Amino acid sequence: MTTAELHFLLDGRDVRLTNVSPTTTLLNWLREDAGRCGTKEGCAEGDCGACTVVLAEVRDGQLNWRSVNACIQFLPTLHGKALFTVESLRAADGRLHPAQAAMVSCHGSQCGFCTPGFVMSLFGLYQTEAAPDDGAVTDALSGNLCRCTGYRPIKSAAHEMYRLPVPSGSLPAPQWLPGDAAAQALFERLSALDADDRTLDIVHAGGRFTAPRSVDAFADCVAAHPGATILAGSTDVGLWVTKQFRTLPHLIYLGRVRELDRISETDGWLEIAAAVTLEDAFRAILQHYPEFSELWRRFASRPIRNAGTLCGNIANGSPIGDSMPALIAVGAEVVLRGGRQRRTLALEALYLGYQKKALAPGEFVHSVRIPLPGQARDRQLVRAWKISKRQDQDISAVFAGFCLQLEHGTVREARLAFGGMAATPKRASHAEAALTGRPFDAAALNDARAALAQDFQPLSDMRASATYRMEVARNLLTRLQLELAGAATRIDSMEADHDRP
Amino acid sequence: MTGPELEPRGGAGSALPHESAVLHVTGSATYIDDLPELRGTLHGAIGLSSEAHASIVKLDLSAVRAAPGVIRVLTADDIPGRNDFGPVIHDDPIFATGEVQFHGQALFAVLAEDMRAARAAARLAIVEYDRLPTVLGIDEALEAGTRVLPDISLRHGDVDAAIAAAPHQLEGTVRHGGQDHFYLETHIAYAIPQEDNTFKLHSSSQHPGEIQLQVAHALGIEAKDVTVECRRMGGGFGGKESQPGQIAAIAAIGALRTGRPVKLRLDRDDDMVLTGKRHDFRIDWRAGFDADGRILGVRFTQSTRAGYSADLTGAIADRAMFHADNAYHLPAVAIDSHRCKTHTVSNTAFRGFGGPQGMFGIEEVVDVIARTLGRDPLDVRKLNYYGVSERNTTHYGQTIEDNVIHEMSAELEADCDYRARREAIRQWNASSPVIRRGIALTPVKFGISFTATHLNQAGALLNVYTDGTVLLNHGGTEMGQGLFTKVAQVVARELQIDVDRIRVTASDTARVPNASATAASSGADLNGKAAQDAARKIKARLTEFAASRYAVREDQVEFRANRVHAGATVVSFAELVHAAWMARISLSATGYYRTPKIAYDRSTLSGRPFYYYAYGVACSEVAIDTLTGESKVLRTDILHDAGQSLNPAIDLGQVEGGFIQGMGWLTMEELHWDAAGRLRTHAPSTYKIPAVSDVPLVFNVRLWARAINAEDAIFRSKAVGEPPFMLALSVWHAIKDAVAAAADYRVTPLLNAPATAEEILRSIDDARQRARSA
Ligand SMILES: Cc1cc2nc3c(=O)[nH]c(=O)nc-3n(C[C@@H](O)[C@@H](O)[C@H](O)COP(=O)(O)OP(=O)(O)OC[C@H]3O[C@@H](n4cnc5c(N)ncnc54)[C@H](O)[C@@H]3O)c2cc1C
Ligand code: FES
Ligand code: FES
Repeated sequence: MTTAELHFLLDGRDVRLTNVSPTTTLLNWLREDAGRCGTKEGCAEGDCGACTVVLAEVRDGQLNWRSVNACIQFLPTLHGKALFTVESLRAADGRLHPAQAAMVSCHGSQCGFCTPGFVMSLFGLYQTEAAPDDGAVTDALSGNLCRCTGYRPIKSAAHEMYRLPVPSGSLPAPQWLPGDAAAQALFERLSALDADDRTLDIVHAGGRFTAPRSVDAFADCVAAHPGATILAGSTDVGLWVTKQFRTLPHLIYLGRVRELDRISETDGWLEIAAAVTLEDAFRAILQHYPEFSELWRRFASRPIRNAGTLCGNIANGSPIGDSMPALIAVGAEVVLRGGRQRRTLALEALYLGYQKKALAPGEFVHSVRIPLPGQARDRQLVRAWKISKRQDQDISAVFAGFCLQLEHGTVREARLAFGGMAATPKRASHAEAALTGRPFDAAALNDARAALAQDFQPLSDMRASATYRMEVARNLLTRLQLELAGAATRIDSMEADHDRP
Repeated sequence: MTGPELEPRGGAGSALPHESAVLHVTGSATYIDDLPELRGTLHGAIGLSSEAHASIVKLDLSAVRAAPGVIRVLTADDIPGRNDFGPVIHDDPIFATGEVQFHGQALFAVLAEDMRAARAAARLAIVEYDRLPTVLGIDEALEAGTRVLPDISLRHGDVDAAIAAAPHQLEGTVRHGGQDHFYLETHIAYAIPQEDNTFKLHSSSQHPGEIQLQVAHALGIEAKDVTVECRRMGGGFGGKESQPGQIAAIAAIGALRTGRPVKLRLDRDDDMVLTGKRHDFRIDWRAGFDADGRILGVRFTQSTRAGYSADLTGAIADRAMFHADNAYHLPAVAIDSHRCKTHTVSNTAFRGFGGPQGMFGIEEVVDVIARTLGRDPLDVRKLNYYGVSERNTTHYGQTIEDNVIHEMSAELEADCDYRARREAIRQWNASSPVIRRGIALTPVKFGISFTATHLNQAGALLNVYTDGTVLLNHGGTEMGQGLFTKVAQVVARELQIDVDRIRVTASDTARVPNASATAASSGADLNGKAAQDAARKIKARLTEFAASRYAVREDQVEFRANRVHAGATVVSFAELVHAAWMARISLSATGYYRTPKIAYDRSTLSGRPFYYYAYGVACSEVAIDTLTGESKVLRTDILHDAGQSLNPAIDLGQVEGGFIQGMGWLTMEELHWDAAGRLRTHAPSTYKIPAVSDVPLVFNVRLWARAINAEDAIFRSKAVGEPPFMLALSVWHAIKDAVAAAADYRVTPLLNAPATAEEILRSIDDARQRARSA
């Protein structure tokens, strides 16, 4: 069964659209068709946050709220969801939402162009967290650029909004206030939409959009249309349209496939399926690998992680993608599926060359499997480090994922994976060999540093020169050794250090 | 019972929210792209050159014309008037003809039924070029001798003798990069054809009056035939001072040629490639000083990359020369200024307008002197500060009459515990294996006024309606800086009515003519005074009327908190206004202001270019990672002089925002051009402005409590738009201090801005190597 009618909720009202060009962005639809110009375009590539909106949907039996960038979301991906924009927040009697009122009283807007986006990021935070600390506030705002204020008043507003009365009325209450009638009503309507098992199949002069609901139907569809584009969170694909003006004749969307939105833990493996967002995936991974906190915190921004998927990052396979070096280091595998066939591959084996992957036509990444750390946690040294110009929302110059197995001070196994150093995410096999079977002492470090020259010939570009990339890759090995010795090596660790003279 | 209020709500001095704050947070503030589109509106996109310097052999636009949705293609041939949008010198073609002079220069424009069709079509042009040799950077331009304007020199005292006679001499070269404005709203204009060959434009512009002239010139019509309006910009920062002319002109040409409204909104990438940025500089210096670090003579060569045309480079480079002293007395000075012509985008105004560039040079000199002598840089800074009543003449001959840097600096030094922290940091560094910390306290003294004296004038129009409400218009533009709020507050205080009784309307060339750009931090100074003048005229008429009506003397009439007291009679402002109207008293007035006292000689750069100075001090502490070069600002303390602030909340916002923007310029914002002259950092994915995590972990910002303007500026306030930008030099010097620590304070670091992780790591390596071989 299929339907060609796109159906979602806006401010609780039904929006039903037929004849939508599938690559219409949510932002353009809002501004040009829906007459809602509060949501702004600052970049059309997911980097500035001026277009931030909030989506609600039913997941695991409850309402789930997340902020996303409207500029790179295609309109049909809204099917079955509820959309909230900056125009949604003010109460019918004119009262401002706490996120808005706090922005006013804290002087959080100057030119005001970024402001609707900040308000929506704050709203997303408000809906999901009852008492965010500074870190959570920063994280919620990590995808919003403001050129005027310098952010301080906006951070103040994020705390101030919790001191204001919770709005009552038609806007659903935040998750941390259960029992709200409007939230319950939204939940029921979204549950009803979610119960719709039909495949959304839009055929339009501008292209086709197919969104199956079961993994079998999805796999069959992909196998039947090997030339189609698989669409997950569209944080890469969206830019092909907004920045490269590519036409995409057929999109097969995996975001509505129920079985693909799963995280499971079995037999010592954590398995994350294709529709799981980066944010959810990282939170699950961090439970087992707290050492990956930098991968999570510095990967894009909150709204990008709320939309993009981990498997999409892996499938896209950019040489500067962040998750792969970390996952390769700990020995992750990918589960590939083509039609009814499944196969499993070591993650590093997926990458054959620049933008060349071991994916057969009609095959897709079903999930990624990550081995849980063994019992001998104390003998394993795991690290994942990102080097880029900026803390928030930046692409790596170099990303390093390291995993050492140590026995009585000797390195039994070394897995050193890098991004930004080659045409693919890649292990440094010469450096690994230089470390293996010996103590990680100064001599071993020197040899491993030198060996990197055999492993990599990095490029120079606007993010970094080849010289810098190589030097930093080497220095990260030095950092690894220092950390093994227990030395303080990180600027970030200075964050807590407020009690200096 | 409370007595009658003494002040109206929201008068000058109160910390009122921005007049549009509620509109901003509800998404109902209208920017040009949000205006309801008129029937038949076309959307434009610009076709850009793909070569940095080449002659155009062939421009084949047939595929562009044939693309779906395309209605019209515009080239230079479609311009009936002058193909130029240069603000000062006419060397800026709207569309390049014959030759392209930078990668990304406009060649043509496409008008289509929708934006995506226009943008997609613009990429279909087939252009054949004959490459010509390029000059891309400052060094190349110096070697090739290319300039957009003649070199200028400033001489004060016998500098060579002073340096030669000094006990110590040093010299060096330091560079800093440019900066993209990255206003969140990209350039946009909406041109609407009107009857009888007249045009109405909405332009996101800091200077509607100039847009009016540029459009008139391009269309071959007159100023009276064009009106330009701007309600607000989504940020400007100088980037919308001269640059919107081209955008507006293209939209207007399209409106002329099609008879339909034309909207031209630049895509972010096109905006960054096509429009000008902050000037980058190379500064060569040589200084003579005594054993304590007192500067006896200094020579600067300031070489800047203007890009392919002059634009505002002349005035920017002049201001860099004027600010080569920052807060320091320089007994003998020589400055040679080179305005280099390169095959890159034409650089333009950006917050500070040369001031940051000039200060960057002298702060380097002071820092190097201090490190060479092994002294605390703050001691050397203080030693060189201008005196209050002696040693107070600048190198351009202006006497500084309002110097407060000593007091401010001492106050901040004590408040932020500079000395103890500096000591603690040095000890901490000695035992830290990887991370090094640095600290610096730096001053700012910034001259207020347009250096082009004639621009220091402003007008306002004030209408009072019979219900006692006020409509206010002035020549300034609102770009987020809170100008409309402040000027309304001035009128509220002057007329003694609540600020919500006053509406400030969009800047409009039909209401207030010939206005200067809202720039040089002058917005509130000039327009506030002009609005005050208009309000005073109205007030005088009402006073005269009330005196006769209530039979009291004029000095017995007093306006106080929404009421007018005439002897024993008290009426509301609205009642008096209504009565005045009945009595046929004019309730509309224009106001005018020109800044007094300023005058200087452009040929020698001497005289009094500035009405007064604004001051500030900042102390920053940073940490750097010596393995990766990454840095982080741990703490910043700022004390800033806004005079008697018109609105402390807005002024604080300017200080915080300016500081963070300055920090971006000096740390992470890197414009990267490749060997072919292509800008590779043309979107936020590659060009990184500060984000929320970059705010100093501890960020204490205060307006100086004792501040007052010694000159009669509006209610004794001071301009606050630009000066705080340069407070970020404290971060820069703290980073240098941390790099010095990485080489155990044995050598003076050589660091160029921006201090990206890569540049810091390079500088550490260099410093350590020199320390080893020393
Ligand atoms: C502003 C911004 C910041 C970013 N920052 C970072 C960063 O810091 N680090 C980083 O690594 N990345 C970053 N990215 C890119 C990152 O968001 C994407 O790589 C993301 O992980 C891709 O997931 P997606 O679900 O959005 O994939 P999509 O965009 O939907 O798809 C990406 C590609 O993978 C294919 N694909 C998707 N899922 C599958 C599947 N299951 N099987 C087969 N093929 C599939 C698609 O066909 C497409 O080719 C950033 C992107 C943006 C816009
Ligand atoms: S417009 Fe910039 S993130 Fe969407
Ligand atoms: S208020 Fe102008 S960009 Fe944030």
